Amino acid sequence: MAKSNKPIVWGPFAAGGTLTAFLTPVLILLTLLAALGHAPDLLAYDRMHAFASHWLVKLAIVGVVFLSLWSAAHRLRITCYDLGVRADTLVATIVYAIAVAASVAAAAYLLLI
Amino acid sequence: MAEQMSRKPYVRAIGREWLTRHPRYLRYLLRELSCLFIGGWTLMMVWGLARLAQGPEAWAAFLEALRSPASVVLQVLALAFTVYHGVTWFNLTPKALPLQLGEGFVAERAIAGAHYAVWGLLSLLVLFLAGAF
Repeated sequence: MAKSNKPIVWGPFAAGGTLTAFLTPVLILLTLLAALGHAPDLLAYDRMHAFASHWLVKLAIVGVVFLSLWSAAHRLRITCYDLGVRADTLVATIVYAIAVAASVAAAAYLLLI
Repeated sequence: MAEQMSRKPYVRAIGREWLTRHPRYLRYLLRELSCLFIGGWTLMMVWGLARLAQGPEAWAAFLEALRSPASVVLQVLALAFTVYHGVTWFNLTPKALPLQLGEGFVAERAIAGAHYAVWGLLSLLVLFLAGAF
């Protein structure tokens, strides 16, 4: 039987797409408010540090980061193909590697908090 | 071992001329380009985690960097693109999750509408919990 790794690649993409549809707009709104000088209370150092200190929050942040980056990476890969870039294996390797590396980095930074 | 077969499959070259053939192709590309903003903003937040781990001064510097004009423009664009991603995603939910009830199917507008309602409530909840009001 033919084996395919498509479900493994596509599953996190669909999960990430749903997550970024529900959650990312309001998260960007939070940083945009901070950028416009109306920083939400949570972004104060003490609050944010305490928030990110809980192991469950750390786990949630790594999950959100990984799924967001993976779905973005997958879309970028497909878009490159649509725009005529035929080196799919190379593109896929680069974008997925960036997504995984940044997620690992996020986990490492969280362990320092 | 599909990769080691000796035949040479024909690979049709595809340029970019399809983009302008119909407005929906351009909208499709815009939707797909939302990934650059979602990915870019998420990488920015990973950088923020690094700064948070470094201490109060580094975190303050990160928040200050968020306020630069270029960053504000990027975040406004990112917000617009993620909202567009959300709208296209939720409009697809009736196709992805058709719900049968007895003999018939639940109306497409009800399925998409439920997603929009959850989206709105969740966003308000996050804003409230983060102390944005």
